[in-house]
Amino acid sequence: MKTAIDNLRARAAEEGLLDVAYATADSPFGTLLLARTPRGLVRVGLPNQDADELLVDLAARVSPRVLEAPAELDEARRELDLYFEGRLDRFDLPLDWQLSDGFRLRVLRAIARIPYGETRSYTEMATAAGNERAVRAAGSACGSNPIPLVVPCHRVLRTGGALGGYGGGLPMKQALLQMEGTLDGNPSG
Amino acid sequence: MLAAALPPFQALLDDYAGEVMAVLRGAVGRDGAEDCFQETFLAALRAYPGLEDARNLRGWLLTIAHRKAIDHHRARGRRPVPVAEVAEVAVEDAPPGRDDALWAAVGALPPKQRAAVALRFGSDLPHAEIAAALGCSPEAARRSLHEGIKRLRKELA
Repeated sequence: MKTAIDNLRARAAEEGLLDVAYATADSPFGTLLLARTPRGLVRVGLPNQDADELLVDLAARVSPRVLEAPAELDEARRELDLYFEGRLDRFDLPLDWQLSDGFRLRVLRAIARIPYGETRSYTEMATAAGNERAVRAAGSACGSNPIPLVVPCHRVLRTGGALGGYGGGLPMKQALLQMEGTLDGNPSG
Repeated sequence: MLAAALPPFQALLDDYAGEVMAVLRGAVGRDGAEDCFQETFLAALRAYPGLEDARNLRGWLLTIAHRKAIDHHRARGRRPVPVAEVAEVAVEDAPPGRDDALWAAVGALPPKQRAAVALRFGSDLPHAEIAAALGCSPEAARRSLHEGIKRLRKELA
């Protein structure tokens, strides 16, 4: 049965029927869900997020042709492994931005350019996206980030250095920043 | 009213792959089942985004499986599953289990009876769904099923 399903996956990929391929990946924080389209990585689910819900959401918003296909996510998994080991400071993965648009998309693209080991404020992200007064909207764009880690929304803090929020939970944000060496003294708030 | 959203296709594989394979083994035999399985799920995957009704995905898949089984038999020149295949089961070292002998006999039934029996007992489908899968009336489905069972009883007696 396993061979039959492996063969099916391979043929689906050959025929261009893998609209959304997904796989799980281990991380120091728990299991991640990785999903990609032919264009690139479209969704990263953090350990505290419900994988089934994410897949249902992808089926509704991208395509119902959602299949588990671990080989399709090999490169993403490899780069994430290296990142968590502290041996990769810049992801080189094609991204599919189709789950975001408008102001949110501009914020997320700006976040994608924040280098490893640096942080920005929500205000700076609002400005980078073309509306310095839309700080709350910039915060909500961070919160809606469909591709966390790779689009490093954990590098966006409140003005003054307070952590702000994180979809994966604040302890994870704190740990990521510590790993990247950007968390100074007292991260309260 | 909004149609129910289509679940991720993977859910169909998780829920029904085993059943589809079992039905196909009954309908075309072990050797042809793997090919028919691929054809069934590839056809389903191709058509899936256009599917308007998500309420009976199981029946939909089994209908496709049935069509693929028929295609398989057509491609082999409308022959019933060759008797030689049945004999091969019988000469295996281990004595064939009751299930093997039964499925071999099911495989030797004429196509409609074979499909009706496989859908009824392989996948536990009610008459109405067998009829839908076979594209015939419930009466005709019932008849095929009865004739198939009668013949099996005789074969296996």
